[in-house]
Amino acid sequence: MPDSIIGQPLDRIDGRAKVTGKARYAADVPAGVPPAYGVLVTSTVGRGEIAKIEAGDAETAPGVLMVMSHENAPPQAPFKSGELGGQRHARPKPQLDDVRVHYYGEPVALVVAETFEQATAAARLVRISCRAESGSYDLAEGRRLAYRPQHIVAGEPDSRIGDVDKAFASSPIKLDATYTTPYQSHNPMELVASLAEWSDDGKVTIHCATQLVNSAHHSIASTLKLPLEKVEVVSEYIGGGFGGKLPIYGDAILAALAAKQLGRPVKIVLTRQQMFSVTTHRAATIQRVRLAADQDGKLSTVAHEVWTQSARMDEFAEAAAASTRAMYAAPNRLTTHRIVALDLPVSDSMRAPGDAVGQLALEQAMDELAEKLGLDPVEFRLRNEPDQDPEKHVPFSTRSLVQCLKQGAEKFGWSRRNATPGRMKDGASLIGLGMAAAIRPNYRQAAHARVRMDANRHVTAELDMTDIGTGSYTILAQVAADTLQVPVDTVDVHLGHSDYPQTPGSGGSFGAASSTAALREACLALKTKLDAGQGPGNLQAEGRSKPGEEYEKFSQYSYGAHFAEVAVDSTTGEVRLRHMLGVFDAGRILNAKTARSQLIGGMLWGVGSALHEDAVVDMRSGAFVNHDLAGYHVPVHADVPTAVEAVMLAGFDDKSSPLGCKGVGELGICGAGAAIANAVYNACGVRVRDYPITPDKVLNGMMHLELARQR
Amino acid sequence: MSDSHLTRRGILGTGVALTALRGTGALAKEPAAGESPPVAPEGTMIDVGLTVNGSYRQLALDPRVSLLDALRDHLGLTGTKKGCDHGQCGACTVLVDGVRRNSCLNLAVACSDREIVTIEGLGSEEALHPMQAAFVVHDGFQCGYCTPGQICSAVGMLSEIERGMPSAATADLAARAMPVAEAEIRERMSGNICRCAAYPNIVAAILDAAGKTTG
Amino acid sequence: MKAFTYERVADAAAALQAVARPGAKFLAGGTNLLDLMKVDVEMPSHLVDISRLPMAQVEEIDGGGLRIGATVTNSDLAADRRVRKRYPMLSRALLNGASGQLRNQATTAGNLLQRTRCYYFYDTAKPCNKRSPGSGCSALNGYNRIHAVLGASDACIAVHPSDMAVAMVALDAEVEVLSADGNGRSIKLRDFHRLPDTTPQVETALEPGELITAVLLPPAPAGGQVYRKVRDRASYDFALVSVAALVDLDGDRISTARLALGGVAHKPWRPVDAEQQLVGKPAVAEAYQAAGTAAVAGARGYGHNDFKIGLAARTVAAALEEAAQQAGPRKG
Repeated sequence: MPDSIIGQPLDRIDGRAKVTGKARYAADVPAGVPPAYGVLVTSTVGRGEIAKIEAGDAETAPGVLMVMSHENAPPQAPFKSGELGGQRHARPKPQLDDVRVHYYGEPVALVVAETFEQATAAARLVRISCRAESGSYDLAEGRRLAYRPQHIVAGEPDSRIGDVDKAFASSPIKLDATYTTPYQSHNPMELVASLAEWSDDGKVTIHCATQLVNSAHHSIASTLKLPLEKVEVVSEYIGGGFGGKLPIYGDAILAALAAKQLGRPVKIVLTRQQMFSVTTHRAATIQRVRLAADQDGKLSTVAHEVWTQSARMDEFAEAAAASTRAMYAAPNRLTTHRIVALDLPVSDSMRAPGDAVGQLALEQAMDELAEKLGLDPVEFRLRNEPDQDPEKHVPFSTRSLVQCLKQGAEKFGWSRRNATPGRMKDGASLIGLGMAAAIRPNYRQAAHARVRMDANRHVTAELDMTDIGTGSYTILAQVAADTLQVPVDTVDVHLGHSDYPQTPGSGGSFGAASSTAALREACLALKTKLDAGQGPGNLQAEGRSKPGEEYEKFSQYSYGAHFAEVAVDSTTGEVRLRHMLGVFDAGRILNAKTARSQLIGGMLWGVGSALHEDAVVDMRSGAFVNHDLAGYHVPVHADVPTAVEAVMLAGFDDKSSPLGCKGVGELGICGAGAAIANAVYNACGVRVRDYPITPDKVLNGMMHLELARQR
Repeated sequence: MSDSHLTRRGILGTGVALTALRGTGALAKEPAAGESPPVAPEGTMIDVGLTVNGSYRQLALDPRVSLLDALRDHLGLTGTKKGCDHGQCGACTVLVDGVRRNSCLNLAVACSDREIVTIEGLGSEEALHPMQAAFVVHDGFQCGYCTPGQICSAVGMLSEIERGMPSAATADLAARAMPVAEAEIRERMSGNICRCAAYPNIVAAILDAAGKTTG
Repeated sequence: MKAFTYERVADAAAALQAVARPGAKFLAGGTNLLDLMKVDVEMPSHLVDISRLPMAQVEEIDGGGLRIGATVTNSDLAADRRVRKRYPMLSRALLNGASGQLRNQATTAGNLLQRTRCYYFYDTAKPCNKRSPGSGCSALNGYNRIHAVLGASDACIAVHPSDMAVAMVALDAEVEVLSADGNGRSIKLRDFHRLPDTTPQVETALEPGELITAVLLPPAPAGGQVYRKVRDRASYDFALVSVAALVDLDGDRISTARLALGGVAHKPWRPVDAEQQLVGKPAVAEAYQAAGTAAVAGARGYGHNDFKIGLAARTVAAALEEAAQQAGPRKG
């Protein structure tokens, strides 16, 4: 398809709106009449029961219109805990419906006032007395009470092939190491926000920040006990999601409830501090990895056991070992997932759930075993490349991991690495090179799209798909333009509205493959009409698409290889990234510019997870202590050199999608942090298995090494 | 929407209709709506005159209103974003008298008589500012939420370089001219967090807009 | 944010009069005050805006020092040619603090008066002796990775977050103050910030109603000047440990040494013993390392922050070495 507009590095079609401030995010949307402002009051105990709510001072404070709590919140549909699968984010999300406090920072009241300032001031005046109960907040301590969940996202929680214990015991070269990853917070730049406005005919329109319009639509309608047609969800621009906007939260429901009672629009925007507890987070994990190999570097054993936090009120398993099942060949295999229910906020998907943290462990373990084998870590991975899915025993749809590794090593100049740590220096800095492989499952889902053409052959595509920064607007325009053979600037793409045909939305990297497949079908149907002599004016067609049995017959993943160079300050242990390269196999790339951006973004999330991000739980209260952007560190400009490059291999996976594409939004983070960790080790000889790799931990290791040298 | 909105709010809420603060000399430049004590009682709104993107705007504001919220909620200029409300992210960056600042950490009343430039004042979809155009070409954003702040910050930052102001990345503090270079830009732009991590593309866009080649 | 009244004053006399009202506070840059007001840690009932007082000048003073007006912004101070040439450690310290936007707004006096970044101080739901005297210190047995290792007490282990003040303490700066009665006085910056002891809520030597009008810098001693900040990320981050160091050499021996540490105590920490033991010593790594060890004499960790003791010692040694390299063989 050399002439296709698909794949071209087009500028984003929504780019001009974004750089001029014209793109309207949920909190930017003007209401028909000036809205009232709602502010959430959150719990200050980790577990307990609300004994008393004193709202008098708040209610009489200037400008206050209402104070809502469990004492007076309207009835809503009950919450169903722990439901998994595609319906998880479509569940009812009742608010202020319980006297119980399930976690620190849970919404327990809402104050609505004329102005944001008045509502914020009055929220502080609501006095909530709780009967606090002793809660469980410590994952490590809670391990003794860990249980096996019924399911994880990837299916079965455990997998077992061969005899891991026996093989491990008899293997000459092996590693048994435990890695830990901390709580992480999505922290998209856009605060979660909703504006709710009721029309005279009893329909509520909610402008909110959601990745999944269809799920949000169902979730809000079911919570409010309204038929779907009485709820309209709009999310045209979303200021980042990363999984944190898969569910809807109290802002959407409470804005709707308050707006109904007050008879005027209500806007609720979470504070940055509230984002840490009111929205979801990535659970902390403890991961034991056992790898064993023979002298030739062939793995005999791959065992990956995971313990992870789940909110007591809503089960979710961080499937950290799931992709380990498909990564390397080995006759003896074990993966397990165990859940520790804690009285903490709800954990859920965050960019590459499972894989992002699972590969921090597995891919560092691979580096450790490669060193024991005296093998180059690239070569070690090449020697363990499976010829089919090692656990499902089905062929891979496509798998170019070998190419990723080889090309990456070549382009990065991997051969300059000295395998002995601490040998490369630049002034006071120790320089290290590290690499890791990446894998991410491909999840395509059913989708529906509509396309119209006017008399001027101007095309309008409509889907309830979202663009969370991924480039959906642009790739959908490219697919429509290509399929209909019209210029891309004659295509308008309308997204993020519950009136439009249903798609799975943005999540799990399934958005692009799912929605483009449906839009292509719609365009083909329109083309059939055109070819039959209809139109072009007033022409409309719809298309549906869903994955077929290829999902059972083939093992579908995308792959990558990361290479990183870091500098470790020999005095302080500070780690700074100097250079990073990722080579990726994600099938056909729909837009080389936006895909590259997503991959680089993912890689830099890997840098953040390796070096910075750590949402710390106060073990006494269950509160996230460092709950703002000064305390929770994400990389800033100075942490990121411009020498960060993503290379996309040419590919086409016809088992994945008729367009041959797979997702790229999550692939970049997978393995990226492990490449950093391995580079840190190569730089200074310190293995930090407890992420993130902050100066204190590196320094501690360096000081131990210095002492050992002095002895 | 601002004026009628405020009046209505004043009637509906507890806000009293407003008079300008006078009598302290410092506020003498402000238009006075009548006699008033030097310090208005609590709950009183204050007249604020701001020049925003070239036009003078008169507002009556609760003194608690930040410049950010004044722009967004009272002037309908929602291009400026709230990302943290604490000066920890930079999404709210605007130019105040030509200097980049976090609008969330400024009281609107304290900005009286200042010249404010927001993203809407830099350029329009039809006539992009060179920095805006460079961000589009280099894909210097993904979700776009931090983008107005990044762009305003970049414009202010280049002017700081032009004025010879040093940064933590400046090797030679004694140098008169500051280089428009990658390390300088990365350090100077660090007050603008991009969670999508479009950082390499943003730096490329800024270098391009500054007339420097990238790479 | 609690409601407050606002007035902007035109001169210092009006400022002193206005701030005499109960619950009144000065507002200059506001980068920390507004930040704290938004989370109800600061709840002034009246704000006296002094941002437009004519205190934004940096002036030469007799004897070769500088007088820095209270409202000179951090950006302007860092960019001042005289500061860059004569007090480079101060320029560096300022430029390592906060972000470009914040430095454009934050003032010299405000920087001195900024309050701790202790997580528990910022969270009104948590006990904190500094915010709510007598309620207890949540950090003592909590998450205290960013907390003090020197001069702390059981009442408070918070640190002062300033970079600027660390360099200024090393440079023997003085704070010029106008008292409520209109009389002026000056306070050595070394004595300006207090250790927490049993009253961590009292952070400085300022009396109620006093206005900082300027910071006075005496002429800097000759020698190389270094400001080294250690932090989790490369910018826009508070110091885990920071060191301001000045070293001058006489031949191959150290003739002058100044040291101040940030991120380790409730105030910028000036380890005078470590300075004194350097004078006259050969300018070699062992001397710097010994000074590093001396600089953290008496340090105590609280768990998560134990690493700061070793980190501070190493960073002091490295900063001294770098300053010495700058100092010689060619001075200036």
